[in-house]
Formats: sequence, C-alpha cells, structure tokens
Amino acid sequence: MEAMLQPVADLFGPIWPAVWTLVKIIAIIAPLMICVAYLTLAERKVIGYMQVRIGPNRVGPMGLLQPMADGIKLLLKEIIVPSGANKGLFILGPILALAPSLVAWAVVPFDDGLVLANVNAGLLFLLAITSMEVYGVIVAGWASNSKYPFLGSMRAAAQMVSYEVSMGFALICVLLISASLNLTDIVTTQAQGRFHDMGLSFLSWNWIPLFPMFVVYVISGIAETNRAPFDVVEGEAEVVAGHMVEYSGMTFALFFLAEYANMILVSILTSILFLGGWLSPVGFLPDGFHWLALKTAMILFIFLWARATFPRFRYDHIMRLGWKVFIPVTLVWVVVVAVWMMSPLSIWN
Amino acid sequence: MEFKTFVFYFLAAILVFAALRVITARNPVHAALYLVLAFFNAGGIWLLLHAEFLAITLVMVYVGAVMVLFLFVVMMLDINLDRLRQGFWSYLPLGAMIGILLVIEMALVLGGQYFGLEAMPAPPAPGEGYSNTREIGRVLYTDYVYPFELASLVLLVAMVAAVSLTLRKRKGTKYIDPALQVAVKREGRVELVKMQAEKE
Repeated sequence: MEAMLQPVADLFGPIWPAVWTLVKIIAIIAPLMICVAYLTLAERKVIGYMQVRIGPNRVGPMGLLQPMADGIKLLLKEIIVPSGANKGLFILGPILALAPSLVAWAVVPFDDGLVLANVNAGLLFLLAITSMEVYGVIVAGWASNSKYPFLGSMRAAAQMVSYEVSMGFALICVLLISASLNLTDIVTTQAQGRFHDMGLSFLSWNWIPLFPMFVVYVISGIAETNRAPFDVVEGEAEVVAGHMVEYSGMTFALFFLAEYANMILVSILTSILFLGGWLSPVGFLPDGFHWLALKTAMILFIFLWARATFPRFRYDHIMRLGWKVFIPVTLVWVVVVAVWMMSPLSIWN
Repeated sequence: MEFKTFVFYFLAAILVFAALRVITARNPVHAALYLVLAFFNAGGIWLLLHAEFLAITLVMVYVGAVMVLFLFVVMMLDINLDRLRQGFWSYLPLGAMIGILLVIEMALVLGGQYFGLEAMPAPPAPGEGYSNTREIGRVLYTDYVYPFELASLVLLVAMVAAVSLTLRKRKGTKYIDPALQVAVKREGRVELVKMQAEKE
C-alpha cells in the first residue's frame, strides 16, 4: 500500500499528508451519506410494515431509488429566507447542526487500527463534540424570528443539556472498567475474561456488567437526537416543526441529514462502548467490520421501532425522566462500579 | 514557518477577533455566539500545549453547557439598545479601572524576564506516551484531593442555595405524580356493571 502510493505522494510533495487525510475523510463521509439516505428509506419501510402499509414502492424497484428522488427534490427547491430573519445566523444554523455530527466520526474506530484519528482522549473528544450539536437547533430557532421555531429551540436546549449529563455518567462507567479514553482500547478490553476464553465473548462485553448504563445510554441517545418519543422539539401537534418551520430546500435537508447522521453515530457508539465493536460474538468466527455494521443496524432498528411504537412524551415527563430518574440511577451505578472494581469480586483484573 | 506555528497564529487571530466582537457586537445574541467561538479557539490553543484534558473540558463545559444556558437567557430578554447605552459614562471609570488592572497583569506575565522569571524554568517537554488526562487525574485525587473535594462542596452548597432561593411551592396546580399514572389498573378506572336490558 505504502509503495503503491509513493509516486502519488511524490507528486503532491509537502502537502501530501493533508491530501491523504482528505481522501480518508471522503472515504468515511461518502458511505455515511449513502447510509443516511438509505436509513430514511429503511425508516419509512419499517414503520410502513409495522403499521400494515407497504411504504414507498414507486421510485425504482421496491422503492429503492426513493432517497435519490427525495435528495434531488430537496436540492432543486428554492431556499426561502424570511424577511424578518437574521440572515447570517439563519444560514449558519443548519451548518452548525450538521458539522458536529460529521466531525465526531474522526475518532470512531471501524476495525482494529482502522480509524481516522487514533487519539488518546477519544471519548472526551466525542463528549465535547456531541455537546455542540445543540447550537444548530438553538441558532436556527432564534434566527428564524418566529414563535414556533423559538419555542422548539428552547425545548431543544433544555432537553439536550439534561440528557447529556446522564450520557456522560454512563460513559464514565465505561471508562472506569476499561481504564482508557481511547475507543480502540475500549473495544479491545472487552475481549477478555472467563466467557471470552470459553468462546462466548458476547457475554464478556460491557453490556452485561453495565446493563443499566446500556439502557440509559440508548434512551438518552434517542433523546439527544430528538427522535420519537422524545421529539417534542419538532412535535408537529404543538410547535408545527420546531426549529425547522421556516426552512426549505437544502437548508431543511441539512437538518434532516444531521438528525440521521446523529442516529447512526449514537448507534455505532453504543455498539463500540457496550456491544464489543468489531468483535465477533462467538469464538469460532473471525472479528471484523461486518460485526460492527450488524450491531449498529440492530440499534438503528430499535430507534425506528421505538418511533413506531411509543406516543410522544409530554415535555415535563421528559424532564422528570432525565433529572429525577436517569441522573440518580447513573450516579449510583458509577459508585457501584467503582466499588465493584476495588472489591475482591471484580471481574476486570 | 512550522505548521504548528501557523496553527497557533491562525487560532490566535480568530480568538482575538472573536473576543473583540464579544464586546463590540451590538446584538447580545451575536456577542454570546462570538464568545462561543472564542472559547472554542482557546481550547484549540490549549490543545497545542498538550493540555488536551483542559481543552476538551473547556469546550464541553463552557461551549456545551454554560453558553447554551446563557444563550437561553439572552434570547428570552427583550433588550432595548438605547437603554443599554445610557449608563456608558457613569460606568466608564469602573470599567476603565478593571481594564487597567488586566493590562498590568498581562504586562507582568508577558514581561516576565524583567521580574526574575528565569528562576522558574519552562517545564520539560512531555515524553512519549504522556497522557495529560491521566496526569491531571492522578494529581487531583492524590496531592490535591482535599482542596478538590472542598471546591466541589462549595459548588454543591451554591447549587442548593440557588435552588432553594427560587423554589416556590405553588398551590392549586393539577400536577399528577407520573408513577401513580403508570400504576393505574383497569379495575381502578372502569367498572363493568351487569344489568337487565331496559324496555321502553
């Protein structure tokens, strides 16, 4: 690989590292965008089948070209900027929403050693970047200069800040037992223990000893991405479409892309932190990226399943769940895990 | 020019510009957003100094939480710009004094070599495999554990005080405990009554 790339590297000279990194970034973002496009189709199909409908089936065979048609439609539509809006921030809003959900992919490991930036503080970096996602919503809601978007963005600010806390505590439990902030190390430390030696490595992953944290993380992830049943931010019965009311065409599409990219990010992170990443669930099958993809698809299905199943939460119940249930539970579990690790019963030595 | 030097000047230029706009922007929401930009760039500069834990915590705490709530408040305010500018001259002496103090402090730091800074040599460059996060955690929970716990207690007291100051029990709200709602059984709500069909 190195020898093959050498002539190309010579061609670019000193700027080669930058060019090579750019190529790697495109190699991550382009498949991600295709996944986002087909996740929208998958969502409509899955919800369709759950509600005994067939879902989109007109564009292309079995409706497989529907995302392309949607994309072209959104690209060609006019972008309308309301006359009372704050123009600069109105355009900045969707960009701020999408950018963090793409930046976070820099530290996500896809296989052993297959990661764009193998940084030591990867988990911290993820926490910092995902905490910035809320700005897109807030800025968009304020810059629209309209009531419903503003109400939506206020709800988003409160909701996302609340659920970040419990998410953070869940991550603290993970880093306690893996003793590392590096995501690759977090995956490799899950491949040890009695069950792993017996060839049943899916029993040695973090999701069993940290089961309450696993549940809290998935539910907080749904709340963080403002997905149903936590979608009061865009609850159409109350605030029309929240922060997206005034947006059209490509600016709206950016919010859409950001939401689905975030869903995929939360799912892949759940797979890495709790479900052993690219590790094979049984000893006799080889590890590999396909396991990570399969686990991510499983969590994504839970996202869609929840949307088709549950009615929307009332706003005060969302706040109660975040502050009065999740935060005490996670706080107690951090102490439990810390004591467990120091006790003779520890399974992580 | 080394790449690192270029990154430093790039971040520093944006930081200075953003900091200037924080105080010159006429719209408070713009000022708050410029402050976010300033925090972000300060985090970048700290990263260059191998202080990744501090840098990421700055972004996480200030950008991710504090400024969100700040914006929350600023966006709700109905700010009259003319009223804001009324007190300019009366506040000028106080502001100028604080400004002069800051300038003196910065001069002391930047002109360190005139005040015997050589006595404190620059720390040695961190070696391979050095983790800022691990190092801070080790020092915080061993050498400085009492000051650290004390600081957290002070913050807790402040938090409890703020909550208790604003907590008001309102009478006559129709709030229902969600736990009771979830625990509802059919028998408690519906009663099936057997009765004869009524004839006209």
